[in-house]
Amino acid sequence: MYSGAMEQKHKIHPYKFSLWLGIASILMMFAGLTSAVIVKRNQANWISYDIPQFFWWSSLAIIISSITLVLAAKAFTHRQMKQYRNLMAVTCVLGTAFLVLQSLGFYNMWQQGLTISSTSSVAFLYVLAGMHALHALGGLVALIVLYAKSYSRKQKMYSVLPIQLISLYWHFVGILWIYLLVFLIMIR
Amino acid sequence: MSSVASLHESELQHAGHDAQHEHHQQSFLTKYIFSQDHKTIAKQFLITGIIWAIVGALFSVLFRLQLGFPESSFPILEDILGKWAPGGKISPDFYYALVTMHGTILVFFVLTAGLSGTFANFLIPLQIGARDMASPFLNMLSYWFFFIGSIIMATSLFIQTGPASGGWTIYPPLSALSDAALGSVRGMDLWIISMAFFIISQLMGGLNYVSTVLNLRTKGMTMTRMPLTVWSLFFTAILGILSFPVLLSCVVLLFCDRNLGTSFYLSDIIIAGKVLPHEGGSPILFQHLFWFLGHPEVYIVVLPAMGLASEVISVNARKPIFGYVAMISSMLAIVALSLIVWAHHMFVSGMNPFLGAGFILFTLLIAVPSAIKVFNWLTTLWRGNIRFTPAMLFAIGFVSMFISGGLTGIFLGNAALDIQLHDTYFNIAHFHLVMGVAAFFSMFAGLYQWFPKMFGRFMNNTLGYIHFWITMVGAYLIFWPMHYSGLAGMPRRYYDYSNWESFKQFGGMNKFISIVVIIVFITQLMFVFNFFYSIWKGRKVREANPWDATTLEWTTPIRPGHGNWPGELPEVHRWPYDYSKDGKEFISQITPVGEEETGPHH
Repeated sequence: MYSGAMEQKHKIHPYKFSLWLGIASILMMFAGLTSAVIVKRNQANWISYDIPQFFWWSSLAIIISSITLVLAAKAFTHRQMKQYRNLMAVTCVLGTAFLVLQSLGFYNMWQQGLTISSTSSVAFLYVLAGMHALHALGGLVALIVLYAKSYSRKQKMYSVLPIQLISLYWHFVGILWIYLLVFLIMIR
Repeated sequence: MSSVASLHESELQHAGHDAQHEHHQQSFLTKYIFSQDHKTIAKQFLITGIIWAIVGALFSVLFRLQLGFPESSFPILEDILGKWAPGGKISPDFYYALVTMHGTILVFFVLTAGLSGTFANFLIPLQIGARDMASPFLNMLSYWFFFIGSIIMATSLFIQTGPASGGWTIYPPLSALSDAALGSVRGMDLWIISMAFFIISQLMGGLNYVSTVLNLRTKGMTMTRMPLTVWSLFFTAILGILSFPVLLSCVVLLFCDRNLGTSFYLSDIIIAGKVLPHEGGSPILFQHLFWFLGHPEVYIVVLPAMGLASEVISVNARKPIFGYVAMISSMLAIVALSLIVWAHHMFVSGMNPFLGAGFILFTLLIAVPSAIKVFNWLTTLWRGNIRFTPAMLFAIGFVSMFISGGLTGIFLGNAALDIQLHDTYFNIAHFHLVMGVAAFFSMFAGLYQWFPKMFGRFMNNTLGYIHFWITMVGAYLIFWPMHYSGLAGMPRRYYDYSNWESFKQFGGMNKFISIVVIIVFITQLMFVFNFFYSIWKGRKVREANPWDATTLEWTTPIRPGHGNWPGELPEVHRWPYDYSKDGKEFISQITPVGEEETGPHH
């Protein structure tokens, strides 16, 4: 309906561009939070703690989910719809696994007495990983919706745009988590 | 979301789509409420902003009553405000709530959402030749998130313990502990939730504005052929995208401190003899995070104002804007500098003086691009064939306010002086003139200028002139004297100054300021009346281009439908400032360059 985009060829799609900008703004939010951690780290009362193993497993899950998503997108462009559906299903399961493992990680810390109100160093992990989990949840919902749509009879899917957009976002969420994990390990 | 597929794939369907536009049946709900038309969304932002502006200004009238007449009581206040004004005198708790909400409402809801929300939505697609925003759906969401944020903030005004009252900067520990003040009980939580919605709204809007400007310009509309309004709104959006998320992190941590028992900002606090369990936090951390947004925020307010003023001045001086590229590069410089000067709000926080020196340098450097812009506005006016329409008067008023307020910025940017002047009325006078009144003037200029495009009618000119002169004179009468009381050390945010021997001399002046505030407020109500009356009863616009302007919005029909241009999009052949060229009054952007036309061709 909005023909402006069509009149200018060979350009990045406006939705994709908007998503990049959105990613920039999410990055700024986490930059704000991680710089706050650095400021706090240099003040008194910083208490170190061990990061539960669950967070390593969750990292593995989100990395593999990114790989399966790449393969799914590839299958989609080659119109191998059966393979596409299977790979999308695996991606959704791995995405869910990521969030479950994150929750288990929180639960594990809670049991050790490392609650959000215990000390600032721990509280930052809850806030960073919690805000990240919210972003991952948004991505997971989008993934599931896209997966469900591939079964829809009413709508035939030909455009590669939705899968490209969701891939971009999901990879970003994955990379963001790896960055946060490395950051938390280095700073704790 | 079906437009995703159609957008990407079918260039062939292009012509068909346009036809669809015209025949598309719309219900009241989709046309006026959940509209995806950028022009309607602009009006929604505008009218919500006007309502908030009335509320915010009314609050200033209420607290000015207390400041101007600390000894008197006004029984009517008790009838309206109940327990907040016992015996007709505003209570100290409510006074702080009023001051806080006045700042919050005007900075965020009126001068951010109301100003760039209105004009970015309205002008960007119309001036770059696009049918709508890159994502009209996201654009609609942007308004509705703002609306939800507004409702939550409005709700906080009516709860038992009152709205947030820790100042618009919501510094902890005052804002973090519910025992600290009445407004910190539930009002503060509502403030944070409301701001979270507001920030998301700003991000969705900003993403759209940037992406629209970069991707949806019509044929021939290169970046350097865009009007300065579009440039300024583009920079504003980028600045918002980079700085608002940091405010979100800032308030998320505050929310955790308030409700989850964390100690990000709190340490070693004793309230009423009881030691609080919070340990190891730092309130200075909050200030860093807050002002990392807070300072760019003032440019988010003033950049669109600059853009609107540039355009209105050029059109009504019938001259090309002086130094078009200098205007753009100085805005770019302002954007870059605004991100590295936040700590000049924190000179008194015990900051290392060597660190402070760096922030002083960058802060004072902002004077350079600002001065370039002022110089260019003045040289554009110089020997212009000026039409003194209400819009033009307000644009000139903006320049005046920006100069007066900007000069005191040079004082406050110096740590040596700022340590004396910090949190005094000098500061109040400075930022009200440079970003408050100045941005309002530009907003008025924009409204008088583009009202015919928005509603197909003119606003009443006589009322416009009365509005301008009373507001102009009133603004100076209100804020000029504050410089003197500020230099004498009168601190801001106090409830009653009459007990201090050193400030007693300002009693009469405070009364005078309060009286002027009431007069100016009534004048603004007259403007609001003019606005709404003119929507239905104003003089009708008969010609498509009533101001003889060159930009694309005036090539649309008088009342453009969704899609803006019937048929093909216009093609652009020149920059937007060909006024008084080759003996012609103006040459529209869609006119091809003639063979014997003199250069330079932009």
